[in-house]
Amino acid sequence: MIRLTIAALALASTAPVLAATHTIAPGEGAQERLQEALILAQPGDEIVLEAGRFAMLDGLSLDVDNVTIRGAGMHASVLDFTGQQGSGEGLLVTSDGVTLRDFGVENPKGDGIKSKGADDIVYHAVRVTWTGGPKATNGAYGLYPVESTNILIDSSEVSGASDAGIYVGQSSRITVRNSVATDNVAGIEIENSRDAIVERNFVSRNTGGILVFDLPDLPVMGGGNVLVRNNLVAANTTPNFAPPGNIVAGVRRGTGIMVMANENVWIGQNLLYNNPTAPIMVIAYPLAFDDPDYNPYPRAVTVEWNQVDEGGKDPQIDGAAQLLAAFGGALPPVMWDGLVGDPESIALTVHPDIAGWTLNLTEQGKGMEGARPAPLDVGVPGGQIAIEGWGAGAELEARLK
Amino acid sequence: MKHAAILLGAAVLALGGSIAAYPALGATEPVATVSDAAVMDGFPATLADYGFFSDAPKQQPAAGVTPYRLNTPLYSDGADKLRFVYLPQGQRPTADGEGLLRFPVGSALIKTFAFGEGAERRLIETRVLLHRAEGWEALPYLWNDEQTEAVLALVGGRTQVVTPEGEAISYRIPNKNQCKECHGLEGAVVPIGPKARNMAAGWLKAVVGSVPAGADTMPRWEARAQVPVEAAARAYLDVNCAHCHRRGATASNSGLDLRWEQRDPQAFGVFKRPVAAGRGSGGLEFGIVPGEPHASIMVHRMDSTETGVAMPELGKATVDSEGLGVVARWIEGMAK
Repeated sequence: MIRLTIAALALASTAPVLAATHTIAPGEGAQERLQEALILAQPGDEIVLEAGRFAMLDGLSLDVDNVTIRGAGMHASVLDFTGQQGSGEGLLVTSDGVTLRDFGVENPKGDGIKSKGADDIVYHAVRVTWTGGPKATNGAYGLYPVESTNILIDSSEVSGASDAGIYVGQSSRITVRNSVATDNVAGIEIENSRDAIVERNFVSRNTGGILVFDLPDLPVMGGGNVLVRNNLVAANTTPNFAPPGNIVAGVRRGTGIMVMANENVWIGQNLLYNNPTAPIMVIAYPLAFDDPDYNPYPRAVTVEWNQVDEGGKDPQIDGAAQLLAAFGGALPPVMWDGLVGDPESIALTVHPDIAGWTLNLTEQGKGMEGARPAPLDVGVPGGQIAIEGWGAGAELEARLK
Repeated sequence: MKHAAILLGAAVLALGGSIAAYPALGATEPVATVSDAAVMDGFPATLADYGFFSDAPKQQPAAGVTPYRLNTPLYSDGADKLRFVYLPQGQRPTADGEGLLRFPVGSALIKTFAFGEGAERRLIETRVLLHRAEGWEALPYLWNDEQTEAVLALVGGRTQVVTPEGEAISYRIPNKNQCKECHGLEGAVVPIGPKARNMAAGWLKAVVGSVPAGADTMPRWEARAQVPVEAAARAYLDVNCAHCHRRGATASNSGLDLRWEQRDPQAFGVFKRPVAAGRGSGGLEFGIVPGEPHASIMVHRMDSTETGVAMPELGKATVDSEGLGVVARWIEGMAK
């Protein structure tokens, strides 16, 4: 009864009252002590992980709004899931207003940290690492917010994910910034999501660096309004180690920034080096589908000025040798499949200083059939992009202090 | 609060028409009655606090607590499951077509998991779902080794059990949050099991007062060999998978919808590509490939016990070979 009263008070006030701090030390019973604290927490409470390694035997979960989980640093407080026996992820968050900060997660059997239907969430300085490096047996996603609105991922690190390191799916109002994604199949992926900003990240040694995808047959489709700027996307040369069957298993080693079936995507001011298949790739969804609500084509994709090297010097593409010979040793940095849905719409514009090439495909869902590669001949970007309402809200920023 | 509960209990006794339905209770014996206060508020520390049983170790229900069964049950490593519903004095659930019964506030669903037969039977846990004013609350209770008492285990736990197949496993008692992973729908906790289509008409007539259209249509699992394999498989998937694999539930983002009423083959997996399966896909391209169970991700994941691959993610440490067989035969028989 007393607990209920406190919760009611907390709801009535803008600032949580009587917020409590629950400190959890590593050692005997850490799994139960931490999970119990996560269950019994009241809105506004903070769960503090002391420095040290926490041996986790099962997945953890949080379902209380406005709780902070805070460690002593992403390398100091480590939740070690090497011995995990159950659950699909290391930590599952299903409540709103949660802040996750300053702790690490190692070797979860499935995904690292998943937040589903969890609005207004901050991931700050959290780390998910599969310590054995890239392996198909690693979990799929490192940081995995899905079906959520208002997401800030800041100063975090993921490596070893067998799908995407930082994956945001079926969500809106997203910022992924100042983060490091290495040794994953996809470094950062924004999928079936809208109003996203991906900036100032370091994305290296993945199969593909930054992916902006829209897929059919999902509850949330129609991805778009994505800004990818000021990222360092370098040396994404790891052979694809995703289990076959997953969409990212089709990503070619050496892809820098890839856009598939989205609208209004702006790519500018990135540094793109040593992405030997394609520094920038813009394509339609390549497979057959029968979802009538799905648009498989990229629309209004803008490639503004980026600092980019000479392009695809070692492309993982059929006929690579002939293509390299035809283009003088390197495929120009922007690769397009040439597919256009609505002939009235503009699929792609590219800054005049950046060269490109097109496969000149004529039919969606038919693979490389009928490709007639040629230099890219598309228009140049016109003016500034309006990004008002994109990215996480400023109120999430305030929590970082 | 406790005092009030006792008084309330006494009032129920004095008025209780339903008590008379249990003539075994002699006038001199202490009469077990359910504590409505425990159902309605707080985290009662022991199962005994609720008074759901006149003899809990023997699973003898108290007055107002009625056993029920499901035509096709959810597989839990072969655990024997004893299901009961408590209804507040004078109230009944109402039917919502073939779907989930609507239980009045103050009701409780009680499910005990046991392994072993006869005198060897060992109670492992009792899960309660309490319909409170603010919604359903799910709480797990763990039985002690002496089998005398079950205590609240908010964080769940693990225990060694031997399944009916003779397999020794580490059995997971779910924590309070994990209860919601299966029981969550559109952000609220809801019951999963008692759907009219999966319950006996006779029970519904007696307890609900009527048999709604579409009731009792899912096959009895023990009769699975005598019904069309599609019915058995779809019932199995509805009961074992669809509480997560549907819109608004835990696995909604997979796009897979395994509910009984879903008629779109792609929605229930036919030539549906994986979305977030990761290594769970096992290198396969589609949820279901008609005629080819071994090329179907559904079969691959049901046939696994490996964390990160195995489905369901919770409440399963062993492969349900019977359930797997039914689903595999259904896929095998689909027209290519």
